[in-house]
Amino acid sequence: MSAGTTATASARARVLWRSPEARRLAAWVFGGLVLALMTGPSGSQAAPVAGFTGSLFHPRVLVFVALGVALWALSFVRARYGERVRETSVHLTRLPARLVRTRRARYGVYLVVLVFAVVYPPTLSGFWQEVLVDQIGVFVLLAIGLNVVVGYAGLLDLGYIAFYAIGAYSGAYWTGALPVHPPFHLNPFFVIPFAIAAAMVAGVILGAPTLRLRGDYLAIVTLGFGEIIQIAATNLQGVTGGAEGVTGVPHFSVHALGVHYAWTLSNLPYYYLLLGFVVLVLFGFRALEDSRVGRAFTAVREDEVAAEAVGINVLKYKVMAFAIGASTSGFAGLLEVSKIGFVTSQDFTVQLSILVLVLVIFGGMGSLPGAVAGAAFLQWVPQILRQHPLFGYQPQDLYIYLGALLVVMMIFRPEGMLPSRRRKRELALAEQGIGTADAMSGSADPAAGVAP
Amino acid sequence: MTALLELSDVEVRYGAVRALRGVSLEVRQGEIVAVLGSNGAGKTTTLRTVSGLLRPVGGQVRFEGRRIDGTPPHRIVGGGISHVPEGRRIFAQMSVLENLEMGAFQRRGSTADELELVYGLFPVLKERRRQAGGTLSGGEQQMLAIGRALMSRPRLLLLDEPSMGLAPMVVARIFTILADIKRTGTTLLLVEQNAAQALAVADRGYVLETGEVVMSGSAADLAGDDRIRAAYLGEALT
Ligand SMILES: Nc1ncnc2c1ncn2[C@@H]1O[C@H](COP(=O)(O)OP(=O)(O)OP(=O)(O)O)[C@@H](O)[C@H]1O
Ligand SMILES: [Mg+2]
Repeated sequence: MSAGTTATASARARVLWRSPEARRLAAWVFGGLVLALMTGPSGSQAAPVAGFTGSLFHPRVLVFVALGVALWALSFVRARYGERVRETSVHLTRLPARLVRTRRARYGVYLVVLVFAVVYPPTLSGFWQEVLVDQIGVFVLLAIGLNVVVGYAGLLDLGYIAFYAIGAYSGAYWTGALPVHPPFHLNPFFVIPFAIAAAMVAGVILGAPTLRLRGDYLAIVTLGFGEIIQIAATNLQGVTGGAEGVTGVPHFSVHALGVHYAWTLSNLPYYYLLLGFVVLVLFGFRALEDSRVGRAFTAVREDEVAAEAVGINVLKYKVMAFAIGASTSGFAGLLEVSKIGFVTSQDFTVQLSILVLVLVIFGGMGSLPGAVAGAAFLQWVPQILRQHPLFGYQPQDLYIYLGALLVVMMIFRPEGMLPSRRRKRELALAEQGIGTADAMSGSADPAAGVAP
Repeated sequence: MTALLELSDVEVRYGAVRALRGVSLEVRQGEIVAVLGSNGAGKTTTLRTVSGLLRPVGGQVRFEGRRIDGTPPHRIVGGGISHVPEGRRIFAQMSVLENLEMGAFQRRGSTADELELVYGLFPVLKERRRQAGGTLSGGEQQMLAIGRALMSRPRLLLLDEPSMGLAPMVVARIFTILADIKRTGTTLLLVEQNAAQALAVADRGYVLETGEVVMSGSAADLAGDDRIRAAYLGEALT
């Protein structure tokens, strides 16, 4: 009797297990547990299983199990109602765009954002002001620079932070903070052209030979370049201060026309300085977008062979886009180093290059408002979550969450937060099988790499 | 009269592959010249060499008497030669109008006159000017590719297999338009596998086989030649 009921129960369990949804749920929950283990405390020799027990026999495991279930539910909803969800979300996200259809309305929105960016920060706490400068402001500048490379010209640059490093070391060098001394010391303001020029020259030297090759090679070369710069900076201790770094990079200051003002470690003045520069750069890039050069970037990104056929010097414009991005990165490096007064080779990791790329993709490739919004949002949210009692993640795990967020974004909104019109059209056409949504060039004809 | 374009003994290699083995040909002002040949004969290679995408390892290319081999492609476009590449290569994601404007990249300033000229030749492009290039039909895309090339006001237009993948009626229409373009004073160098159509509009022709010119002459002579008829016009030898 009892043997029979057990048999049917186990048969039922087997049937349930065979259902793909149940298996998928199990997989998601398992993934959640792995994540709990990975993000939990680690064990030690004295308490070898502490990492295990601390992660799995702790209330926080519930959060991760719930996360697994939630993601499963999400994938389930997507499989069942994906089309509908997508349609509504597209509809909803189009709403703001519809409200600000005219150019004038759009500029009105920008103006409101700018006014907000001017009057709101003074009301913030010191912590958030620091986030605003070091995490958001600098990264907004980095993102709009990389947007020129990746978004406009379609070049995959994985060593973007190398140019940031070059800008930072230029700042430290010309202000006399490095072990090697410059012929004359400069105020950071006067270092700006030197830092930009140094990063730009590095960009041209690196870009000119590699941009002849197809897109994938550029990614590999820039990745290598980023590593080389960081390792060189670490090992050339006598020149750069290495991993320990150097201190004493002076702040910005103005002594002209009877005005004497010096920036200090305090955040707000730096914030406004940065805001001014960002707005300036934004205006410049906006003009670039509509210019002849901007159109050449678009043509090169869409089809190199066609661009060549209409008489565009493809290599020249690729190098130009690459160098514009590099110099923006260098500029950001100078601003940051002079603000914190300190530079170490440990800051220039490949993760940082990837992070900036994520900001651009998340915001919407090729879109200036997207790059700004993406950078601001993605740099702000982790700070909020870090403070959150339930989600107080460990800083080194940040990238896991950013990665997950990006995956979700790419599934539900591949064009990014505030996409450019062009990018939206590309994705729409790609769905009909026309052209490629592949934003990176390198899809050019295979002969291009062989031609002498 | 000197030739508008003159290739003398041009040799082009892809690594070890000799794609052109001493090709000589000339195109005179105001002509349509057809280059015929089967797959792999070197037709595309010839055009890519003229437009500067390939650099010959031997021989010379002269345009209006000046040597242009070794000149970068964007200079050649600026110098008056436009290339309609094989497979059209329009910007699929740009609108028709944007594509045409791209064609005038080398010409700064207003493009109104050129646009009018192109719309006059291809009225359908005007109708479709806001449509994305990639959503045009094959024939319309070919028209767009030709129109885009005309936007730089070339003195010599290079066309790589404009009939490829198109229905006979569309091909006939495109070839009629090529004759119209000739009447505007533009010279055309046309590469084709469709020998019947090409010889019907061309003044003269060359036949290319494995990188060598094996025959040349007036279009009428070539169309009447038995070997051509057998090899390219699909007629049995009688
Ligand atoms: N990028 C390349 N690398 C190596 N060999 C090439 C390359 N492009 C062309 N070839 C070779 O050069 C020769 C001529 O090629 P080409 O493209 O000029 O021929 P074609 O006459 O245009 O042919 P089709 O009518 O098929 O377009 C062929 O043998 C081809 O295999
Ligand atoms: Mg060919």
